[in-house]
Order: sequence, then structure tokens, then C-alpha cells
Amino acid sequence: MANLADLKIGEKGEIVGFTDELLSLKLLEMGCLPGTEVILTHLAPFGDPIAIRVSGSYTLSMRREEAETMLIKRT
Amino acid sequence: MSKTPKIALIGNPNAGKSSLFNSLTGLNQKTGNFPGVTMEKLTGIWELEPKRPVEILDLPGIYSIYPKSIDEELVINILGDPKHPDFPDMAIVVADASNLKRNLLLFSQVRDLGIPTVLALNMIDVAESEGYVINSIKLARELNVEVAEVNAKKGIGLNGLKLSVIKTLQNRFASNDALPLPVSDEVIQEVQANFGEAEIYRSLLWLMEHDHMKMFDKKQRETFDAIKSKHHFSSKKYQSEETVKRYEQITEVVDRCVINLNRQWDAVPVRTWTDRLDKFFLHPVGGYVFFLAILFVMFQAVFTWATYPMDLIDGGVAALNDWLKGVLPDSALTALLTDGLIAGIGGVLIFIPQIAFLFLFISLLEETGYMSRVMFIMDKLMRRFGLNGKSVVPLISGVACAVPAIMSTRSIGSWKDRLITILVTPLMSCSARLPIYTVLIALVVPEKNTLFGLFNLQGVALFGLYLLGFFMALVSAWVMKIILQAKEKSYFIMELPTYKGPRFKHVAMTIFNSVNAFVFEAGKIIVAISIVLWVLASYGPGDEIAQSEAQIRLENPTLQGVGLQNKISADKLEHSYAGHFGHFVEPAIRPLGYDWKIGIALITSFAAREVFVGTMSTIYSMGGEVDDENATIKNRMRAEINPATGKPMYDAALGFSLLIFYAFAMQCMSTLATTYRETKSWKYPLIQFSYMTALAYLSAFAVYQWLS
Repeated sequence: MANLADLKIGEKGEIVGFTDELLSLKLLEMGCLPGTEVILTHLAPFGDPIAIRVSGSYTLSMRREEAETMLIKRT
Repeated sequence: MSKTPKIALIGNPNAGKSSLFNSLTGLNQKTGNFPGVTMEKLTGIWELEPKRPVEILDLPGIYSIYPKSIDEELVINILGDPKHPDFPDMAIVVADASNLKRNLLLFSQVRDLGIPTVLALNMIDVAESEGYVINSIKLARELNVEVAEVNAKKGIGLNGLKLSVIKTLQNRFASNDALPLPVSDEVIQEVQANFGEAEIYRSLLWLMEHDHMKMFDKKQRETFDAIKSKHHFSSKKYQSEETVKRYEQITEVVDRCVINLNRQWDAVPVRTWTDRLDKFFLHPVGGYVFFLAILFVMFQAVFTWATYPMDLIDGGVAALNDWLKGVLPDSALTALLTDGLIAGIGGVLIFIPQIAFLFLFISLLEETGYMSRVMFIMDKLMRRFGLNGKSVVPLISGVACAVPAIMSTRSIGSWKDRLITILVTPLMSCSARLPIYTVLIALVVPEKNTLFGLFNLQGVALFGLYLLGFFMALVSAWVMKIILQAKEKSYFIMELPTYKGPRFKHVAMTIFNSVNAFVFEAGKIIVAISIVLWVLASYGPGDEIAQSEAQIRLENPTLQGVGLQNKISADKLEHSYAGHFGHFVEPAIRPLGYDWKIGIALITSFAAREVFVGTMSTIYSMGGEVDDENATIKNRMRAEINPATGKPMYDAALGFSLLIFYAFAMQCMSTLATTYRETKSWKYPLIQFSYMTALAYLSAFAVYQWLS
């Protein structure tokens, strides 16, 4: 299954689940719910951290290893 | 009602909470401390109606009631504990309307705690520009609370908010007794049997978060844990399911109350200003170049712009002293007033322009949203050194003052990253070092333009010292990363806010508060030390000082006038208590090139390094020339002759050795006290003090031996 870190800039995906319980709590309360659409918008120099746009309304940044815990379905 | 009602302001970061706070309270603000924690507590008075004030309490921005870092824990400690002295009578939840669902999550949690709540919808204009139309009357009905539309930044809608608050304070608030996600009745009953009746959600919150709440002791925590294991209750699982459930309910409400005119946001991506700016600011090369350029401009500007008001203050204090010496009788009291007190106050005032400029830049970077971009592009780099993208803010703030900088590390989630940031932050050159740098650079670096006449050489030297401090902070962090063992993982999930124009009132307030705190907090210490120093420099053991004059006259029978006076005052200083202290430490600092006079300054500046310049003025105004026309400290030090060589005392070797010493040495009681409070252990301030002092001594030694 693909995870958020697999996306390239401009690619979209839909959140389907999480692999890390603690991180999922943080991501959930910041609005990353299963079913939400995300777009990879920016990569920091050296490709880490990454920034995503969540449901078209705000931008979150996170590290690559954190993005790997977010499972997505490419759309 | 006899008591002033307390209203807590709660909201997501960047929802406009502090703008609303400023709009409501204007200049009626007060900073203090929350009991038991060192977090700054911001309160203000809001006139609800004539003669009906309410107290507004600004709480840190959070995404949910469940804390993820230390500053977030404060909120649950206040809202979860009705016996807490800051427990509010009601809450205003500030919500960013362009991000309504996420903001309503926090709102629903606060409401379920049973705290009467008003929802303040902010940034409706942004939501509308993105195609969302919000029916706030319907929203109020659905959520069963008062809803007020406000524009926090412009201060629009405050009357509506007043009305909502008055209604909520008067009517009994209908709290929501159903949990978003049911748990077995027995769990709640058991918590309530042990800890008293409370709202169901509050009881549940105690069960889940008791570890982070100061209201419970060890025994009570064991009771909670027993209840949890008896019923196989998992806090994390509940929290995660609760969040999903709340979002489901919120989505239903929002779908009924908000019309989206622009559903195809993904078909035609809107290119906002933020997107365009991020293309540049987050660029792999351009982003760094721009950041470095900003820093360079900041220092170049601070050094050149601030010199004008600083010269004015310096000259003004010198002129005032000369004038006072002229009109007042020549007595010990006059000397205490001019050389002790006024010289000391002058040493405080001279900081103001530079502190103001530094805080101007830092608050502008924060206000516009650029600072989080800096964290974003710096994270990977900082991580290699055991730091974190979020360490950038403490490190940059450390350029102003290490005390607020260390306090701002609370937003760093990982303890190891946070501890390393705390330990290395004082290596950043704070504004207290600036006057020392300024004086010493002026003595040893020629004032001329370089690099095609673009940059001032002294400015370049100053920038170099700041870079050196930063570089040393990174190296020290890297060493600590290897020594310290990590227990938990750090995380870096944060929002990149949209770019905003700065709120100039807010910027002005930040500058005013920082300068104010400096003048009155640090100023007290500096003035006190200046006076003590004056006494120590004016009196000595036995009658050494009294005999000094006769002795000099006897030894130099031909000397007259100014030359004689100089010799006498220098000799008096040498035989004073301060002179004895200086001589006592001289053997230890000789290898660094320092004499007993600098020894006095080193001793006094161990409490606060900003005292250095004041000490130097006191010492040299007593022991040096009497020619008052050029009585600034710079000129006095320039005139100082090394008795061993007959050349100027402050040559390049001594100047740079002192500069390096002050760049690295830990000479600030307030910082050590803050480190103690933030780490809750004497071990860390002790480590901080030792490693920095050793670093300073060895580096200054190396520099002096190399240059001389």
C-alpha cells in the first residue's frame, strides 16, 4: 500500500489509515481523517520535511518518516 | 456579581486568538506567571458594559484538549480543574472560519467539559474568498451556543461578541451530557465515586490525562490506572475514535450550515499569494539564500541604525554627568550619583535601541508567518546536529535574550531535542553581549568599508561573532546528541500558516514589552551591581586608600596637575576592594591577556554580562583620565596603556580574546535560573555553566596566544 511519502509534488491521495498510533492522534486532531484528500505541495531541501495541503484548505508540514506512517490511496 | 468574571480565550494556533485578545483589551494588558509554571500569563480587562469589566485570559493555541507538548498541558490543567485559580467562568473559542471543521473539534471538547462557551467566528472574509458561505445563525442553533462573527484583526463585530458573552453569562449554560463516543457507565461511575461528581467528559478526561494534570497525586494516579486496567480502557484508542467521531458529527453540522460555492477546488487549484511566495521561500536554493540575506540585513541594520540613538544616549549620559559634576559639590555623594548610579543607568539605557530593533525583526518574521517556513527548510539540517526545525526560533530569539528563548522551547515535543536546544541557546549572542561587542570591535577593528565599499568592516566583524556563536551552538549540540541517550522519538507535524501582513500594533506591543521587561528586570540588577561596584572601587581595606595620595606625592615630587591626579586615582583604585579582587584573579586570567582591571569586570559580569561596559566605565572613570570632554568609555579604553609594553592596552590580541570570551562564557544568572525552571533540575544549569565557561576560557586562551 502506498504511503504519503511516496507522492511526488502535485500528486494527490486519499488518506486510508495510519501505522503509528501516537502520530495518528496528532494527525487526526489536525484534520487528517481517513477519507480526506491530500496533495503534496512542497519538499524542503534534501526532500525532507514535506508539506501537504489538506482537503484544499490548509498546509501541514511533517518529516518524511512521519509521512510514511500515513497510508494513502492515490487518486 | 462582586467578583470579576474570568473568560478564557481558546483556539487553534493562527486562528486569530491574540489579535482578538488585543482588540478586546487594548492597552489594558498585564503579564504575569501561572502559579507553579513559568509560562507567561497574559491577562487583560475588557469592558463588557460600563462598570462591568471581565478578565480575559489568553491561553496557548492548541488543536485539541489532549496535550502533545508542555505548553499545551497548561490548558488542560486549567480547564480540567475547577479548583484551579485560573479556572474560567466561561470560554470564548476563536475559530478560523476558513478552516471551520478543524476548529470546531476543539470547540466541541471545551463545550463538553461543561464550560459555558461562546463561538467567535473569525476570518469569515477569508472563508468567503475561498467560496464558503457560513450561516452562523443556523450554526448557533445546531451547536446550541451563542455564535458571534468577528474580524479580530480589524476589531469588527466586538459588540455582537459582547452580547453573546452577556447572554451566556446570564443564562444557565446547557452543557452537553452525552459523550461523543460512549464508554461503559461503570467506568464513569467508578471515576466519579473516587473523584467526585463532574461532567461526564471531564471525568473521562481525568481518567485519560491524569498523568499530565498537576491536581492529582501519586496515589490518585494509581487509582486511575487501576480503573483503566480493570475495564481494559485504552486512552489512545478512545482518543483516536473520539476524534473521528467528533469530526463525523462536526461534518454533519457544517454540511448543514455552510454552502460551498466552489466545490471544484481540486479541479482548478487556486493559486493564492501564499502558494506563490512559498515557491520562492521554500526553494531548495533560493530559500536558504533569502533566509541568510534576511539575517545579514538584520544584523547590518541593527548595528548601523541602532548606533545613532545609542550615540545620543551615550553622549547624553556623559553630558549629564559632566554637568552634575560641575554644579554639585565635589563629594563622595556626588561621585556615587554620577560615576555609580547614573553611569549604571546609562549602561542599561544604551541597550534599548538594539533590543527594540532585534525584537522588531523577530516579531515581524513571526507575524508574517515566515518563521515557520524557516523551521521547514532548516529541520533536516538542524536534525543532523541533534536539534529540530523548531529549535530555530529559540536560537534566533536567543539573539535578543536567552531567557524568553529558552522558554520558547516548550513547543518542541521531544525532550532530548528540547534539552539540547536549552543547553546551547545561550551560545547565541544575546543583546546583552552587543554593547561589549560594540565597544571592543570599535577598539580593534578599523572603521572602513570593504567588499566594494558595500559593507562596513565593523558590521562584518559583528556578523562574524554572531555566526561564530551559532556555529559553536551547532557543534555543542552535535556533541550532546552523541552523549545524551534518546528515549522518545521527536515529531515535526505543524501547520504552515498563510502569509499575513504584520499587525503593527502587535509588533509595537512586543517591542514595548521586551524593552520594558529589560529595563525594569535586568536594569535593577545592573544598577545594583554598578552601585556595589562603585563602593568596592572607592573604599579599600584599612587606610590603604587614605595613604595612597600622600604616597604618590612623596614618590613623584615633580608631578603636578592632571598627571598627578591620574596617578593618584589609579593608585586608589588599585588599593580598593575591587582592585584587590582583580589582583586576586589576575594569575588565572593572565594567559588570556587580561589584567586586574578586566578581572574586576569579569567577576562582576558573572551575574550578568551586560554589567561589563558599566564596570569598565566605572573603573576607567575612576582610574583613568580626568579629561571629561571625551568621557565615553570607548575613548577611555583606547587611551589605556599597557604598562608592560608601553603600547595601547587594547590591541588586537586582547580585543579578540575578550570578544571570544564574552561570546562563549555563561555569564547570566537569569538564564541559569530559567534553565533550572525549565529542566526542573540543578544538573542542567550546572552542565550549561561549566561547559560554556570552559569553552570560553580555552578559546580566549588560544586566540590570545595565537594573535600576540
